Amino acid sequence: MRTTHSTPRTLVRTVVAATGAVAVGLGLSACGGADEATPGVSEDTVTVGTHQPLTGPAAAGYSSISAATSAYFDYVNANGGVHGRTIEYLVKDDGYNPANTQTVVRELVQQDDVFAVLNGLGTPTHSSVLDFLNQNEVPDLFVSSGSTAWNDPESYPYTFGFNADYLVEGSALAQYASDEHPGEKVCMLGQDDDYGETLRAGAEIVLGADGLGAYETYETSNQDVTAQIGALQAAGCEVVMLATVNGFSALAVGTAAQMGFMPTWMASSAGGDYPTLVGFLGEDVAPQLLQGFVSVNYLPFSPDSEWVELFRQINEEYNDGASFDGNTVFGMGVGYAFTEALAKAGEDPTREALVEVLESGELVGNGIVPLTYSAENHAGYDAAGITLVDGGVQDFVGSTYRLEGETVTAVEPEQVALEGDGIPVE
Amino acid sequence: MTATISSRTRGIVLRALALTVLALAATFLLDSYRNYQLAVVAAVFCATAGLTLLVGLTGQLSLGHAVLMACGGYGYALAAGFAVEVDLSGMLRFALGIVGAVVVAGAVGGLLGLAGARLRGPYLAGLTLALVIALPAFTSQVPGLGGDQGRNVPFEPVPDWLAPVLFSTEQWHAWIAILVAAVAVTPLAVLRSGRAGLRMRAVHGDEVAARLAGISPGRVKSHAFVAGALSAGLGGAVLAIVTQNVSPGGYDLAFSLLLLVAVVVGGLGSIGGAAVGSVLVVLLPWLIDTLTTSVGLPADVEQRLSGNLVVLVFGALLILVTVVWPGGLSHAFAGRLGSLSARLRRRSDQHVPQSLTER
Repeated sequence: MRTTHSTPRTLVRTVVAATGAVAVGLGLSACGGADEATPGVSEDTVTVGTHQPLTGPAAAGYSSISAATSAYFDYVNANGGVHGRTIEYLVKDDGYNPANTQTVVRELVQQDDVFAVLNGLGTPTHSSVLDFLNQNEVPDLFVSSGSTAWNDPESYPYTFGFNADYLVEGSALAQYASDEHPGEKVCMLGQDDDYGETLRAGAEIVLGADGLGAYETYETSNQDVTAQIGALQAAGCEVVMLATVNGFSALAVGTAAQMGFMPTWMASSAGGDYPTLVGFLGEDVAPQLLQGFVSVNYLPFSPDSEWVELFRQINEEYNDGASFDGNTVFGMGVGYAFTEALAKAGEDPTREALVEVLESGELVGNGIVPLTYSAENHAGYDAAGITLVDGGVQDFVGSTYRLEGETVTAVEPEQVALEGDGIPVE
Repeated sequence: MTATISSRTRGIVLRALALTVLALAATFLLDSYRNYQLAVVAAVFCATAGLTLLVGLTGQLSLGHAVLMACGGYGYALAAGFAVEVDLSGMLRFALGIVGAVVVAGAVGGLLGLAGARLRGPYLAGLTLALVIALPAFTSQVPGLGGDQGRNVPFEPVPDWLAPVLFSTEQWHAWIAILVAAVAVTPLAVLRSGRAGLRMRAVHGDEVAARLAGISPGRVKSHAFVAGALSAGLGGAVLAIVTQNVSPGGYDLAFSLLLLVAVVVGGLGSIGGAAVGSVLVVLLPWLIDTLTTSVGLPADVEQRLSGNLVVLVFGALLILVTVVWPGGLSHAFAGRLGSLSARLRRRSDQHVPQSLTER
């Protein structure tokens, strides 16, 4: 729009061109919808995509997840794939920035024609594409976040969570605290968003509305928690629950140690992965600082588990022997659950069939309890097992808690057994 | 004089109308993803059109234009969120949201304009720069803005009466974006070609001389800021509608600087140049990304290039354009087309600003 002037002639031309374009457009749109093939499924491939923080502030803690999932799919593909199709996994970097997530997910769905979006990571990031994916009826499986927002089948019929949500984790940690540390003052350090708030709500299911002795929050953009730790110390906290990401769990433990504050730490699974914490704190001091560190998990993580053994092998062979930690198990667990769903969706998978498989409740996964999907429930795990660090080894202590409505019950873990070579068949 | 101005205004409005119809028609030729990109281009165009006026005509260097977009986005999100609470939907909710966007962006733009009338060159740049850097801290401290996670924006579905015509939500959003951009940019084009534009050029040229001619530089500068802010705010509202979310991460310093690069590469002071620039800002990163993935580089090299290569290309483009065509791409094109259209029209009122920043 420079300041030139339209002559009547150019205007007429413009209008003619516009009318022509509209006519062509209407013709094209009338032809649309003739394509009946399922997006992302070809003769010999199934293409799925994800958005992950490969760069940016969250990359250090989580960029290894998608690599592990890819490695598991490579393992499946090397063993013949699923119903003769290999799985192609497109990983897009969103830098943990919702604005980028918007763009890359549209690219996956509208340009790369993915069959489903798998394991999109992050609460703020994935929230921003929730409406988009459901309006386009794209299966949105195993969201990588413990937010309770994914379990809303009425509004979001295509979205399925995966992690034990933060209510489950918060209530399990609080129950463990009141069982094993009765009478001690329980406090919490939380991230200043839904993550912190939801874990707090979970803990208060067990402890009561004013059961937390103190609640401090931090911002991910500020790498200093001295003030918060000081306040917890001054409040005389004996158990401190952490609704923190791995980097801030390490920061909290390190800062507290410098201040001579040694409470019992209880972290959510998103911030309680021992190998990752050792990476932050350093191998020399980590075993001492983290002795007695409590966390929760719902995936097999015992060093002597047959799943861990298999995943270690796959990690060596298909992931260039990257460092093996909770993210690796998580990534491969996601890969396993998707492969299982795809196998059960039949010879010619459609998006509807995939969602039906999940809602039928047939999906088991490989956790310490079976997955709990149904038509009314789109949350993955409803129970979590307590883990403890002892002598530099993080392992389950046996206590497992299930959250049903407002009640927490201790249950026996029912670890799903490994069958065959760890590739699900129908 | 009045007659020529009003005929000029009519010409601009007619042309804007024609371009709008053309753009609306073009959405039928594009697939969903292209329509999404078109909507983002239109949103960015709102911001760059205001910025090019501000920098090119009045010589006020704003490094914080992304903040004004964010103001529009948050204004829209808050007002539309309120509308949902009182059970408004459809056009009323949209209208309330747009009012919210305009009010918030206008208020912030007005304050900045007051500062802009008193600050010169680098000091104004410094102030606006500080605003961009402060945005994440501000949104995390003020309750109701949702911190780093941002605020969700109610979804605008295709209205029933348009459903038989449009083939996707993205196309509808592109329509919203095009219409809002038309409403935002046309007044700027009218301002630019009218008396206000003359005053802005006069203030930019020599403040003392302008004052002697009876023009108040402070008023002209602050008005230009408000005009730019309103337009950027509408752009932010569009972006909020299209992405259903507004968060500080989308309006960081890099984006703010990219807007400035867009108007300089497009051609300072030219609204056509702002359009070219906004297309570049949206499509260039995507093109480069598509290229690097199709070349088949090793994964770690690709990951290292992602994001960084775009900055490099924009930098190189900026240097190239300012060396080869100091007036920007729009003037480079205008030179070619100009000789052609001059033959048809026998007149040319193209004006290339000789100095690009405030003296």
